[in-house]
Amino acid sequence: MPVTHLNMTQIERDEAGESPLFRLVESPENSVTIRVDGVPVLAQPGETVAAVLLRLSPAWSRRTHGSGERRAPYCMMGVCFDCLVSIDGTGSTRSCLARVCDGMQVERQDISQGLRT
Amino acid sequence: MSRRVDLLIVGAGPAGLAAAITARACGLDVVVVDEQAGPGGQIWRDIEQVGATPRARLLGQAYGEGRGVVRAFRESGAEFLPETRMWNVDEDLRAYLAHRGRAWSIEAGALLLATGAQERPVPFPGSTLPGVMTVGAGQILLKSSGQVPADPAWIAGTGPLALLYAIQLLAAGGRIAGFLDTRPTGQTLAAGRHAARALLTGPRDIAKGAAWMAQLRRRVPVFGHAHGIVAEGGHTLERIRFRDKRGAEVTRAAKVLLVHEGVIPALHATQALGCRHEWDAAQQCFRPVLDDWGTTSVAGVHVAGDGAGIAGARAAGLRGELAALGVAMRLGRIGAEAAEQRAAPVRAALRRAIGVRPFLDALYPPRVEISDPPDAAIVCRCEEVRAGRVRALAAGGLTDPNQVKTATRAGMGPCHGRQCSAPIAGILARMGGSEVRDIAPGRVRPPIRPLTLAELASLDATEAPR
Repeated sequence: MPVTHLNMTQIERDEAGESPLFRLVESPENSVTIRVDGVPVLAQPGETVAAVLLRLSPAWSRRTHGSGERRAPYCMMGVCFDCLVSIDGTGSTRSCLARVCDGMQVERQDISQGLRT
Repeated sequence: MSRRVDLLIVGAGPAGLAAAITARACGLDVVVVDEQAGPGGQIWRDIEQVGATPRARLLGQAYGEGRGVVRAFRESGAEFLPETRMWNVDEDLRAYLAHRGRAWSIEAGALLLATGAQERPVPFPGSTLPGVMTVGAGQILLKSSGQVPADPAWIAGTGPLALLYAIQLLAAGGRIAGFLDTRPTGQTLAAGRHAARALLTGPRDIAKGAAWMAQLRRRVPVFGHAHGIVAEGGHTLERIRFRDKRGAEVTRAAKVLLVHEGVIPALHATQALGCRHEWDAAQQCFRPVLDDWGTTSVAGVHVAGDGAGIAGARAAGLRGELAALGVAMRLGRIGAEAAEQRAAPVRAALRRAIGVRPFLDALYPPRVEISDPPDAAIVCRCEEVRAGRVRALAAGGLTDPNQVKTATRAGMGPCHGRQCSAPIAGILARMGGSEVRDIAPGRVRPPIRPLTLAELASLDATEAPR
């Protein structure tokens, strides 16, 4: 599967014409690969999962369990809980506190249709 | 298997780090826990990785100052437990911790809560759309990832952080579409009576702020007294609407809107512990009642840093030192006289460090709209409860946040009321003809941080919470 380039200083629009909310100021020297909903994505070593999600298009982290609306990381410091994702199988993890590592499996959280087992 | 430690510090920001260094110098056995991967707190976030890079220069001197403090902390002999959550504390100061799937407890001779602040919740219609974030979030993304909004960003709010981030963002090569200054008119005049003391104690802070504002006005469209802010879009933010100082409606395309209305103490731990709190009228928030050593009304529990009332990083470090001296004195490691002697210069420095604060509090009050948001605004982001729903319940006679919680689930979601308690208190006060200071905050129950069932199950049965 091709790695999503996230080249990160440039803004690339996706097929729907949407573009990421954030971009990197400089191209990183090193990178690791994580998977977001199964898609390989490049990330800077040591950065937070939430930061990576904000450079993807569309940028979002979870759907609310009530209306199913999309939410994206909001506070980046662990108090809003809008950045909840599943990381390596552990659900409801705050992606703003989780650091990427090579091979990490991230899934955007959608429990609007009920919890999976 | 539970271990014992003289001092457990929660939070490795300026207050926690300074306290750890001072306590170690007094011979105390110290453990510091933090949810982050490294020490530094929010102000010095990722300082160990970023401190030596060009990005640190761009973030300014206050950021760079963290390097020396973090290095001294690392050399102090205090044990640091990163990515660790304190999710409960018993009255006898047994603290329950969790890290990556495992939970355990520590018995502490004293507990120092240095958990800092959070940004004041800013609910308005559309404020939950992806693309709407806090200014603090934007700054953290710049510090830790070196990233900026892809398109020109809108910034709306008040306070030193909004201004500082705007300057940092421009310096980093980011672009700003417009700055909505949300202060009501006349605020500069209102702050005037505190200006003399501010100029006396913090002339450099005042000069820096004025220079930032001048720079911003040169480079970015600034809208004074912006109000009635609304965010609109489908899956993500597409446009913002607001009223300018003349009351005319303005609509602009927007992809990222960063909001900020100041910061408030993070009180979950002190509330869960049943510490006494008082209303701070100048800062429009509750804060724990503390003595000169940062001791709360609960024996053995201390608070230092912005969690004790917003005063900034310099004051946080000094309060951390005082709390550590107080703990050392109480545990009998230093005499009362020696403690007072060592505390005296710290107290003097603290008075200087907070001298500018009354001026800032008066200059940057939070805008009224956020404590009395329009019906369409979601106040409880977790359970998607709108201001109108709370208002209708208040009109029906509900006066207590706990009643609102039972009726709507507001405050029951994963954030445990960290986002909704302030606006709900504001609405209840407005509707009931009372003041926010009279609205008792909702009950806070453990776990005060997220805990998986597997983590709970990993606890040794002999140390299970009572």
